[in-house]
Amino acid sequence: MLMELWVVPALPLAGFCVLALVGKRLSRWLVAGIGAGSVGLAMVGAIYFSHDFMAFEPTGHLYRESLWTWLNVGGFSPDIGLYLDPLSVVMMLVVTIVGFLIHVYSIQYMAGDEAYSRFFAYMNLFVSSMLILVLADDLLILYLGWEGVGLCSYLLIGFWYQSAANARAAIKAFVVTRVGDTAMAIGLFLLFTQLGTLDIQEVLVRAVRQWPVGSATAIAAAGLLLAGAVGKSAQLPLQVWLPDAMAGPTPVSALIHAATMVTAGVYLIARMHDLFIIAPPVQTAVAVIGAATLVLAGCSAMTQFDIKRVLAYSTISQVGYMFLALGVHAWSAALFHFMTHAFFKSLLFMGAGAVIISMHHEQNMFKMGGLRKQLPFTFWTFLIGACSLASLPLVTSGFYSKGLILWSVWATGHPVLWGAALLGEFITSVYTFRMVFLTFFGEPKGEVSARPGPIILGPLVILAFFSTVAGCVHIPRPLGHFRLFARLVEQALPVPPMQPLPIATEVVFQLLMQGSVLLGVAFAYVLFLRRNDLVAAWTARPAGNALHRFWFSGWGFDWVYTTLLAKPYVWFAHASRDDAFEWIYRGIGAINRGLHEQLSRTQTGLVRWYAVGIVIGAVLLLGLVVFL
Amino acid sequence: MATIPIHYGLLLAALLFVVGLVGVLVRRNILFILMSIEIMLNAAGLAFVVGGARWGRADGQVMVIIILTVAAAEVAVGLALVLRFHGWFKSLDADRASEMRG
Repeated sequence: MLMELWVVPALPLAGFCVLALVGKRLSRWLVAGIGAGSVGLAMVGAIYFSHDFMAFEPTGHLYRESLWTWLNVGGFSPDIGLYLDPLSVVMMLVVTIVGFLIHVYSIQYMAGDEAYSRFFAYMNLFVSSMLILVLADDLLILYLGWEGVGLCSYLLIGFWYQSAANARAAIKAFVVTRVGDTAMAIGLFLLFTQLGTLDIQEVLVRAVRQWPVGSATAIAAAGLLLAGAVGKSAQLPLQVWLPDAMAGPTPVSALIHAATMVTAGVYLIARMHDLFIIAPPVQTAVAVIGAATLVLAGCSAMTQFDIKRVLAYSTISQVGYMFLALGVHAWSAALFHFMTHAFFKSLLFMGAGAVIISMHHEQNMFKMGGLRKQLPFTFWTFLIGACSLASLPLVTSGFYSKGLILWSVWATGHPVLWGAALLGEFITSVYTFRMVFLTFFGEPKGEVSARPGPIILGPLVILAFFSTVAGCVHIPRPLGHFRLFARLVEQALPVPPMQPLPIATEVVFQLLMQGSVLLGVAFAYVLFLRRNDLVAAWTARPAGNALHRFWFSGWGFDWVYTTLLAKPYVWFAHASRDDAFEWIYRGIGAINRGLHEQLSRTQTGLVRWYAVGIVIGAVLLLGLVVFL
Repeated sequence: MATIPIHYGLLLAALLFVVGLVGVLVRRNILFILMSIEIMLNAAGLAFVVGGARWGRADGQVMVIIILTVAAAEVAVGLALVLRFHGWFKSLDADRASEMRG
């Protein structure tokens, strides 16, 4: 039966506590056992609860667990509780399963690192925070998890803090997401002052009852929450932190910056869907942001040298697809793509990690090549992930999830957004297969120093399996119309308002999408395998070179932010160094220093001098007692 | 039996205390400082005895015994310190130990 759900987030938290307190004294095997074991147990628990949830179908398709009442003041008694519905079931399963596999992978990947226990402690804290985020029944608890994952992201990007570049990337990620988080906090204040509660379900009920569709308050609240989601999910215009976040260890990139944390924004919007439905302009903004992000990030991905940065831009782009789906009310499509993306993107990151450690920590794809023969196992799993990312037809999970998104965008009547998504499909397959061709095909350029061991390859195989079969939970109409996933999710989220279009139309659109994907693969094959000279000729021209540099730098966003925000701020800080306020504080400091010097003179070190002090004090006290 | 008025006893105790106090403050020899502290302790004990006699209670005597015990302990520690002090500074001048000045 469903009870004691709190065990699921508590187990990784316990693992964190043990590792943080005594991790340094434990042997490496024990650290790995606690780190991966606690998440493994959480995964078993999550599977057990999900099974129970689906088998017993609790009333209203939700299960609430109240842990304790935080405080009880004047009728205000916020409960700390957990909330399980199909949406959080999907999130919880993906977080624990992918999290466990990545922990297992890290056992070997991080084996040579000095700070082994610190790594697992942070990772466990991350999994725990993420589970709190997805299981919270209250926006405040959700915010706790939200900030918890942000903290872990910061700690893990800067995990190798001895290098200044890593520390700077960590600070950048933290500060940029803080912009969104601040907006989200203001949104929570607004919701609380207007609706008097932060309980998610109660907020949604009261918002729908109190605010008419399109009212200014609803738009403000939804817009502020959207800003938080945009920051966390690295969408336009706050996407600049994610490519730099690749400074962290590769398992971190796989878990936090691809599979789970960056999709927290998607979860937030899906969780607050009623609020977004009564704010149509914000809903449109979600879709437009998603469409713009997926094209922009895709273009940047095509020009990167660093294999991890390609994957980072690809993540931004794929989360853009999820935002697009959310924006057109295709909630289940967004969640479906979240699930398949978590599998294939963590697979790709872990495959890239296996390549990187085999190549003496080389991340530049142009210094790889021909690895197909030397690392056959990694090659095949990576190829499965890449096919899924590019959504090659029928055998990949990406085909089903992205096909559903594209079809929903068209069927809800957004032809322009659909065009952007189709262009995105083409770009996705170009950069994906550019990466595959540069890394695994062609002439070998570097030597393979070490082959990844079984603990690294095991999770790759499991994720490759999931990347292939996860699509089967939702099969579109022309291929058999099997809607297991959508049926489950639609118990918690509304059905998208799709026009009833004939099956023939859907077939045509599937073929269009597949056409653009295969065209992209062919394009990449010609440009990056057969005729390398073409690319070189293009980038040699001034216009081509300028465009290449523009895309390579991520559309100049970093430059704009540095010039418009960072530099004026630094200038202002320097300029206001010697203003009047500064003198006040310096004066206070000088007075304190003078007093301190006077007092320190009374410390003569002579015992008799101190005895005089005691006598005077005693006489004064006695005098006070006698004469007052 | 003629009783001694209480203020005589207290006056004696106060005089003894001041003698001890002045000794602590003006003497530089650490042994004399210790002896002066003993005088102050005994002055306090005398005040207790006088008080106990005035009200006919045993508490004063009890306190004196406690003071004697404490004084014995204090002398034991103090003399050990004096020995170490002399071993270190080769002198008994308390003002020589002023390394802790601010």
